[in-house]
Amino acid sequence: MLRNSPPGQPDIAALRARATNLRRHMLTMARGQGQGYIGQGLGIADVLAALYFHELRYDPENLAWAERDRFLLSTGHYSIALWAALAEAGIIPVEELVTYGADDSRLEMSTLDTTPGVEVIGGSLGHGLGQGVGQALGLRLLGSDARVFVELSDGEMQEGSTWEAAMSASHFKLDRLVALVDCNGIQADGPVVLDMEPVADKWRAFGWDVSEVDGNDMEAVVAALASARARDGRPKAIVLRTLPGKGVPRIETSEKSHFFRVDVREWDGIIADFERSVGALQ
Amino acid sequence: MGENEAVGAARPTIDAPFGRALTRLGHERPEIVGLTADLGKYTDILPFRDAFPERFFNIGMAEQNLVAVAAGLARTGLVPFATTYGVFASRRAFDFVAIALAHSNLNVKIIAGLPGLTTGYGGTHQAIEDLALMRMIPGLTIIDPCDAIEIEAATEAIAAYHGPVYMRLLRGAVPAVFDPGYRFEIGKARQLREGKDVGIISTGFMTERALDAAEILAKEVASVAVLHVPTIKPFDAEAVAAFAAGVDRVVTAENHVAVGGLASLVVETLFDAGIARKVTRIGLPDRYIECGAVPTLQARYGLTTEAVVASIAELT
Repeated sequence: MLRNSPPGQPDIAALRARATNLRRHMLTMARGQGQGYIGQGLGIADVLAALYFHELRYDPENLAWAERDRFLLSTGHYSIALWAALAEAGIIPVEELVTYGADDSRLEMSTLDTTPGVEVIGGSLGHGLGQGVGQALGLRLLGSDARVFVELSDGEMQEGSTWEAAMSASHFKLDRLVALVDCNGIQADGPVVLDMEPVADKWRAFGWDVSEVDGNDMEAVVAALASARARDGRPKAIVLRTLPGKGVPRIETSEKSHFFRVDVREWDGIIADFERSVGALQ
Repeated sequence: MGENEAVGAARPTIDAPFGRALTRLGHERPEIVGLTADLGKYTDILPFRDAFPERFFNIGMAEQNLVAVAAGLARTGLVPFATTYGVFASRRAFDFVAIALAHSNLNVKIIAGLPGLTTGYGGTHQAIEDLALMRMIPGLTIIDPCDAIEIEAATEAIAAYHGPVYMRLLRGAVPAVFDPGYRFEIGKARQLREGKDVGIISTGFMTERALDAAEILAKEVASVAVLHVPTIKPFDAEAVAAFAAGVDRVVTAENHVAVGGLASLVVETLFDAGIARKVTRIGLPDRYIECGAVPTLQARYGLTTEAVVASIAELT
């Protein structure tokens, strides 16, 4: 059955509940091997909930449907968030989530495109946007109306290929292409090591239609995605300011948030705290 | 830039054999698209652009993006042919060819101009080590055609094949060495001449030199066989082993450094097969090459018919 075709009126409360489910899935995954890129995953949970349960047009039973909107996760190490979204969408079984990062699991810590629902191999940073440009160009040539969403990150903007792709997207007037620029302020060596600000101005200078929102504010994210539907000949960039670890205070405050590893007892404490806080909100 | 790059014996030439073949294919197959990174004029793809302007994309001087965009196009079911120079496709865009294309076995054809020593622009433009680099990429098919006839045939063959391909390009007025009926098959070597004393195993335009050298040597020096190996990967090890077993002495000839490419493949193959033959390697030295006129450089670095004759004469 097609999802979000076309997107209806957004039910913000329902989307927030989906985001909570994604966070719950991610905690389950990280507890499995005791580790993972959960800071980034929790940070982008609201965006993926908005995409998979409101904006993205797809068929969970026919992932190869030619007219589907594409979601390309360029930061392959955010896989934990993608697996959570795919499980929540019914594409991979929820029971499988505990295998995240385990030997022989298809829920790798960095995406490979052999897992259902994965559109590109992420992880070699700077690869996603150019492939999104190619897909948007190809879909247009084939007369398709499908959109292409590419997630990339603030650290990833340091890869020159990101800007090669950005230049070509505006040159080819790819207004069905949406870059979701996750600015969470961290990269492998810690806080962003090379200042990328002003991020929105950079994309504007490359000819993109840019909006900038709090990526953890569901209402703002949904509105930005809706405004990115405009057919004005310009590719769309949504600069998302997100908080790594969002919704899980113990991870929000961690200095190790690029990669998070604690023992199983601590995971149990984190999960119990999370469920208490979610219960209190409801 | 229009000079005849495969400088050899006087032979008839065909203009832009790759562009002609691709344009012909474009009429039959609407899913074929063309891309270049600001080198359309210099990679013979303009006939395709002129015939199918809406199916041609000039990505600008951005080879990583060239490969990434080609990968994205392939994922929508199109069949991209992306042209640039070999140095940029191999050295500069290596990670994109390896991960964005080959890892996902995408149906993209990279057409790589200025292979080996076919330009006088020095190390920046001479793709002297591309075969060595690219053959390490799992699943990538690699082709080094000899002449215009083979370029046209190989263009058709790689269009019919599903998977990533790196093909070296001879551009402009390219000599026609083979008969028009020559058959090219991906992964197959072809014995072009019989002989028993020396066997030359060659690829790319060095096969033209090998054939001419064999003809000269046959008169009084030695009986020389020639095995043409246009596909570097997958390598026709069976044919190479059988050929080497039938001659006293093996010589490899390639328009590439004599390490990591054809010579290394032959040595590995013979060793694996337990065939004990001395192998003489004709190819470029393990160093960067200066600027200069192409005929001067090819003569200086042993890629001419005369140089092949001299190397083999020394052996006998």
